[in-house]
Amino acid sequence: MKLEQFARAGQSIQEAREHPSPWMIVWIALKNHKGALVGAGVFTFIVLAVLIGPLIYTIDPQLTDTAVRNQGMSWQHPLGTDNLGRDMLAQMLSGGRIALAVGFAAMLLSLGVGITIGVVAGYYKRLDGPLMRLTDLFLALPLLPLLLVIIMLFRDTLRAFDPEMGIFILIVLGIGITSWMQTARIVRGETLAVKEREFVLAATSMGTSGLHIITKHILPNILSPIMVSATLGIANAIITESTLSFLGLGFPPDFPTWGRLLFDGVNFIEISPARVIWPGLAISLTVLSVNYIGDALRDAIDPRVRNE
Amino acid sequence: MLKYLSKRLFFAVPTLIVISFVLFALLDLAPNDPTGNLPQTIPQEVREEIRESLGLNKPFHIRYFKWMQQFFVNEPLNLIEEVTGLEIGDSESRLRVRSWLTRSPVVDLIIERLPQTLWVVGLSYIVGIMIALPIGVISAYKQYSWFDQIGTFISMVGFSVPTFFTGLVMIIIFSVTLSWFPSTYDTTHVVKDFPSFWFQVKQMTMPVMVLAFYNAAQLSRFMRASVLENLNLDYVRTARAKGLRDRSILLKHILRNSMLPVITMIALGVPTIFTGAIITEQVFRVNGIGQLLITGIQSADIPLVQSLSFLFAVLIVTFNLLADVIYGILDPRIKYE
Amino acid sequence: MSRSPLIALIALSILFLGSCSQESAEVDTNLRLLYWQAPSTLNPYLSSGTKDIEAASIVIEPLAHYDANAKKVPILATRIPTVENGDIAEDYRSITWHLRQDIVWSDGTQLTSADVVFSWRYCTHEEAGCTGKDSFRDVEQVVAVDDYTVRIDFTKPAPFPFGPFVGSVSPVLQYQQFKDCLGLRAQECTEANFYPIGTGPFIVEEFKANDTVRYKANPHYREEGKPFFQTVIIKGGGDAASAARAVLQTGEFDYAWNLQVEPEVLDNMRNAGKGEVLTAFGSQVERIMVNQTNEDPSLDADTRSVYLDGNNAHPFLSDINVRRALSLAIDRQILVDIGYGVAGQPTCNVIPLPEQYVSTNNEDCKTPNIDEANRILEEAGWVKGSDGVRAKDGVRLSLLYQTSTNSVRQGTQSLIKGMWQEIGVETELRNIDAAVFFGGDPGSPDTLQKFFADVQMYTNNFEGNDPSNYVEGWQCGNVPDPQNQWVGPNISRGCSEEFDALLDTLSETFDSDERVAIIKQLNDIVVQSIWEIPLIHRARVSAKSNSLKGFELNGWDSELWTIADWYREE
Repeated sequence: MKLEQFARAGQSIQEAREHPSPWMIVWIALKNHKGALVGAGVFTFIVLAVLIGPLIYTIDPQLTDTAVRNQGMSWQHPLGTDNLGRDMLAQMLSGGRIALAVGFAAMLLSLGVGITIGVVAGYYKRLDGPLMRLTDLFLALPLLPLLLVIIMLFRDTLRAFDPEMGIFILIVLGIGITSWMQTARIVRGETLAVKEREFVLAATSMGTSGLHIITKHILPNILSPIMVSATLGIANAIITESTLSFLGLGFPPDFPTWGRLLFDGVNFIEISPARVIWPGLAISLTVLSVNYIGDALRDAIDPRVRNE
Repeated sequence: MLKYLSKRLFFAVPTLIVISFVLFALLDLAPNDPTGNLPQTIPQEVREEIRESLGLNKPFHIRYFKWMQQFFVNEPLNLIEEVTGLEIGDSESRLRVRSWLTRSPVVDLIIERLPQTLWVVGLSYIVGIMIALPIGVISAYKQYSWFDQIGTFISMVGFSVPTFFTGLVMIIIFSVTLSWFPSTYDTTHVVKDFPSFWFQVKQMTMPVMVLAFYNAAQLSRFMRASVLENLNLDYVRTARAKGLRDRSILLKHILRNSMLPVITMIALGVPTIFTGAIITEQVFRVNGIGQLLITGIQSADIPLVQSLSFLFAVLIVTFNLLADVIYGILDPRIKYE
Repeated sequence: MSRSPLIALIALSILFLGSCSQESAEVDTNLRLLYWQAPSTLNPYLSSGTKDIEAASIVIEPLAHYDANAKKVPILATRIPTVENGDIAEDYRSITWHLRQDIVWSDGTQLTSADVVFSWRYCTHEEAGCTGKDSFRDVEQVVAVDDYTVRIDFTKPAPFPFGPFVGSVSPVLQYQQFKDCLGLRAQECTEANFYPIGTGPFIVEEFKANDTVRYKANPHYREEGKPFFQTVIIKGGGDAASAARAVLQTGEFDYAWNLQVEPEVLDNMRNAGKGEVLTAFGSQVERIMVNQTNEDPSLDADTRSVYLDGNNAHPFLSDINVRRALSLAIDRQILVDIGYGVAGQPTCNVIPLPEQYVSTNNEDCKTPNIDEANRILEEAGWVKGSDGVRAKDGVRLSLLYQTSTNSVRQGTQSLIKGMWQEIGVETELRNIDAAVFFGGDPGSPDTLQKFFADVQMYTNNFEGNDPSNYVEGWQCGNVPDPQNQWVGPNISRGCSEEFDALLDTLSETFDSDERVAIIKQLNDIVVQSIWEIPLIHRARVSAKSNSLKGFELNGWDSELWTIADWYREE
């Protein structure tokens, strides 16, 4: 490598330190945090497994084989089989795809809506009242009847378009629009507090635009509660989905997600404990690893921590 | 402050009316049927008559206004009569909001359910808070210590495992194998002496623990995050520079400031006590408000679901207001105009 | 609520865990029943499901019950009316019941024919929305001949006159208690609906709707020294598996109702040795309905799944060879082993019991034959394409298969999908929330009556022990369509002149042996035309503790029908 390139590389690292790109932050965060490193490893493994796994392990998760019911671990069926003789590993892999996708999509949706409403309400006094009334309205809507109605009303329309995608979109939308309110309220509270701080007051008096203040001063200062919300949000979405399964409103039984698999396996806990251990473990590990990453990110991003 | 409060209260009324309308419309749109659980041998003609007798075939706006009148005028009047013993107007022919499932007044059903819900869900909320706060504070104060790692791990497990699963595991361990606790909750049990009190404790232990574990998991994460944030603020450094001991900084300053968002969280969560814990109530057969709601949803009991959901809405709006007021009192930086 | 006592309370509970267990030496006279669907009302005429009828059946009673063998047993009447004893008119237009004169309501007043007449008026009032109204089908009037004699007149000859007041769905209410509750006012009589006065062995002491019912023994009960139990509790809530656990594993309850749980789960619980699993067969058959009309989603609302005098036939299910192959491919024993266990048996008939009505002409369906099914399809010109799905003239054998959401049904769906795959039939599965599927709301597209699918699966049965009304269901005129608001029991839309002619003969036949023969023939037409594919004869499954004796399960009436004879023996 030539000297020139070295210099350029050094320069970019220097730049990165002053104006860190998001990926840089992630890297710095993980480097300094053992738990997060393990978490990221586990999480990457899970994501890769559910993405690539079904391409390598090609057994149809819905294939019933009545000769091998309720089996333990074996070479044919590494995680055993369920009471219809369906392969658990194949179900876990395809279920994981849906569970993770639901978790992330619903979290992003709820976070996006929550942050926007929270910051705007906290920053612009004019909009505070109406937006908070809107939040109250959503908070006051009962989640279950709402989800029930949404799913029943639109299922057929979306089914015609694509049955699997349709129910997925419904559940994500359902969970997303019924879970953003806590984030919005917390973000608003934090925004109200940050707004009164000296540096924001200074920026305002210098005539900085509202948008600029929000993105440059307020958002970075309220990132930690957002991070916590995000990590809890993924878990929350996965849990809500399994709750819906428990109440018979979630994905249908022939469309297994981790939550659904856990629920279906619960009756068999004494016969084949593997049916609850694997989905339970998968959900816990995902939530746990996401949470560790979230912790590390918060430490890295929070300017007050970074300055030390 | 007073002005702010009255303004908020003034806005609460239209909010609630809009909510009641949205709820009613949603429930009306949902394709559910109160005759769906009847035996297959009952023919369609009879089902149609049952729907007719429930008033289901009347136009939407008539049903909505009827519900409004029954809920906002007749029910409060009835409550006043029952409390004071006075008779106001023609109370005999005053129609009350009636559940389709039981044909009995919805308000009576709710009142019947309150004791077990408040005992089990309320107690679990308090236990959850008592577990979560110390764990959150210590985890933050000793960040990345073994205590923090284990605390984080346990609270995440508590949060990520659904209660229908933890509940069943507890039943299999403590009811089936050890026979320590009953697996079902007896709502007709009356506490009158020590043995009956002891039975009450035993039958509450498992549902309370399952729920408390779940509540504590969420709350301790927020507490930890909040304390962590304050630990790095300027005033802590100033206090340290002045030579104050860590312990007194933690207890006197950090705790007070970091409790702010957590108290908001706690206040916001109070309505969930009244809305019940649907799954835990199902698993242990506590049969409180949550179970009432899910029974109503499953059997398309619109008056019941509508009234319950609306009461939840009232509670939520009230506690949101309360949370704001508490925030304002505790944090002098926030000004209400 | 202050915190410190709470901490103490929790600490106490942890310290003294299990140290305290009080068991009384005497025999426990409290009977604990577990219904995972909790009773909502104790007025069976306003019930929202079987659970309410069962909970009410130990308080209020009909004139006669069905016993475990589907025989009628007099309860409030002195004898079962027959033509021979003169209580059924020669022309079958009326039936006379003689009431027992020693029956006293639990408030001490006498049961008279006025109560019986009133119960008919109460239920048939057009604004009442009475669940049991079908029991009074074709009833012209109910007349009190004297204080203890009641005559029921029918509008046309009724070969089976035992609809009214036989079985728990149609009991006798007390006139005095319900006299102000006619029509719309029925809804407002909460006190009466929750605490009905009855003639049965128990009296309601406390009723918590959708939760718990407490009963105590009725001091006026007609049989001296009965019931043996002093108090009864029915607890509701939870799900079937946990209900089974509370009887079989923890022993907290004496009896649990309606346990549709996977067989291996139930077997495992039974191994704890605390109780036993009981089954009783009635007339319930899980079956697949085969749509005889075209359900193509692109058709308009007036055509989709509408019969149109046979001019709207299904593109491939109208071919009897396809239907025969579908039925032949199903291994019913596997469905039983996996989904039902002791709670089911393979069946080839839509009338599985009572014994005398059961046809023996269709037993071959119990031996599945994939090769034969493939051969039939091959011969009929359905040839496998490159995707493994058979087709003829561009029509592919691709089915939409719907049922209600229920884990056993979804398991059965998956299994059948696999079996049909072997004969080159492609299946798309779909499940619909039970309340919508069975609700029959004409506004919903997902009801079983609309049948917007190629095949659908559910359980059907008939009330009482006589299938006459049930077989009328398959008449051509009973096909649901938009004109009749989708009302009508002929769900599969099968129609044959032979069947309708036979039905006409049935309505003019009064000799019971001849009637049985005709009903068997009608069953054979339905099954052999394969409008429906019967799968499983389903049983009621309950669990009871070892200490509970005198119990007899019943597939035809309330499971609690002998509760007065139950006793405990440790």
